[in-house]
Amino acid sequence: MYNFEFEKPSTIADAVAALQGDEAQALGGGQTLLPTMKQRLASPATLVSLSGISEIKGICTGDDGALCIGGATTHAEVAAGAGAYPALADTAAHIGDPAVRNRGTIGGSLANNDPSACYPAAALGSGATIVTNARSIAADDYFQGMFDTALDEGEIITEVRFPVPEKANYQKFVQPASRFALVGVFVAKYADGVRVAVTGASENGVFRWTEAEAALSANFDASAVPDAPAADGMIADLHGSSAYRAHLIKVLTARAVEAAA
Amino acid sequence: MPNVSMTVNGKAASGEVEGRTLLVGFLRDQLGLTGTHVGCDTSQCGACVVHVDGKAVKACTMLAAEADGADVKTIEGMAAPDGTLSTIQQAFQDHHGLQCGFCTPGMVMSAAALLAENASPSEQEIREYLEGNICRCTGYHNIVKAIMAAAGHDVSAIAAE
Repeated sequence: MYNFEFEKPSTIADAVAALQGDEAQALGGGQTLLPTMKQRLASPATLVSLSGISEIKGICTGDDGALCIGGATTHAEVAAGAGAYPALADTAAHIGDPAVRNRGTIGGSLANNDPSACYPAAALGSGATIVTNARSIAADDYFQGMFDTALDEGEIITEVRFPVPEKANYQKFVQPASRFALVGVFVAKYADGVRVAVTGASENGVFRWTEAEAALSANFDASAVPDAPAADGMIADLHGSSAYRAHLIKVLTARAVEAAA
Repeated sequence: MPNVSMTVNGKAASGEVEGRTLLVGFLRDQLGLTGTHVGCDTSQCGACVVHVDGKAVKACTMLAAEADGADVKTIEGMAAPDGTLSTIQQAFQDHHGLQCGFCTPGMVMSAAALLAENASPSEQEIREYLEGNICRCTGYHNIVKAIMAAAGHDVSAIAAE
C-alpha cells in the first residue's frame, strides 16, 4: 500500500479536525480498509484512527430502551455485550472470523456499507438511528446504495441506536470463501409492525422487502412470506445468479421468521 | 515517522515505523520475530494471528502504529524460556497437528485465544473458531484433535481419518 500519515486522536473533536485535511480518511478496525489500501483501491494521504476515542466505544441502554452501541465498538464486543438484543449479538458473532471480529467495528461497517455486509441489514431491519458527530440519521435515510451512505466527507459515526424488537432473527447464507453474506435477511417484529431487511442481494445494497413486511405484519408466520421478489436488479456473479439470490431471499426470510417465532 | 513502543512477549520493544507498516512487518522485519507468518496478506488465512492485549488479531491487517502501547504475544512467547512447549504446542506435537507447519503459528495462537475464552470447547466450537485459519495441507482433523487434547478432552477414540 502507499504510505500515509497516521493520526490517532483521543477525542471526537480532534478526529473531526484531522479529517478536514486533504484526502484524509477515517480508520475503524481496518478489516476492510487495509486490504483495500493494499490493493491500491484506496490511497488516503492521512489515516485518522478512531480506535483511541474511548467515548465512542461500548454498549449501553438509552432512556427510551434502545440499545446504544458506540461507533468504535468491535463485533466481538457487540457479540458479548448486546445481550439485551440477542439477534443483534448473534449477527455480530457471525461476521467474518474471530480475529476479524476483534478488530472490525460497527461504525466502520456501516460507513463502508458493503452490499454484502451483515450490519447494514441489522441496522435497517431494526430501524436503527445512526448518530454522527453532527446529527442523527434514520436508517431508512442512511443507506443510499452500494458503498454509498448519507455520511458527508469527514463525518464520523459516534453511536448506533437500536430499538429492541419483540422478536428478531438474522439468517445468513454464507459465501464460504469470504464469509460475507451471499444473501442475508434480518427480520424484526416490533409492536407497530415487522421490518425485513435484505443484504447481499441487490445491486443497490441493503433494502427493505416491503411486501414481506406487510404480509408478516398481518401474520407473523413463515407461511405468510410472499413469493420471491423479482430477480431484476439482483446481483449476479459466479457464486449465484440473480434468480438464485431472489429465491434465497424468500427462503431465508421464512427461516428467520421460524427462528424468531 | 511514528515511533512505536509495545510489550512483545513480555519484553519492551520499540522502533520507528512508517504509517503503512503492518504489525506483522514490525514483528518480523524490525524485531526479527519471524515465527509469525505472512500467508495470504489479505486477512484470509490466519497464519499471522498474534494476540494484542489478549485478543487474537491478524497481524497483516493491523497497523504497527495501532499497536503502540499494546501488550503483544507471538508464537515465540508461547513456550517457556527453557524451551518447554506450552500445553497447546505439546498437543500439536503429540497429535501430529501439523504437516508443513506454515499455518501452525496462527493455529496455535488462535487455539490459545479460544481456550482462554472457553476452557473446554466442543469439536464444533473449535472448528467454528478456526474459521479464519486456513491449513493448505488440509490437516484440520489433527489440528482439531490436538486442540481438544489441549483442552483436556479424551481424544483416544478419535482415529486419524
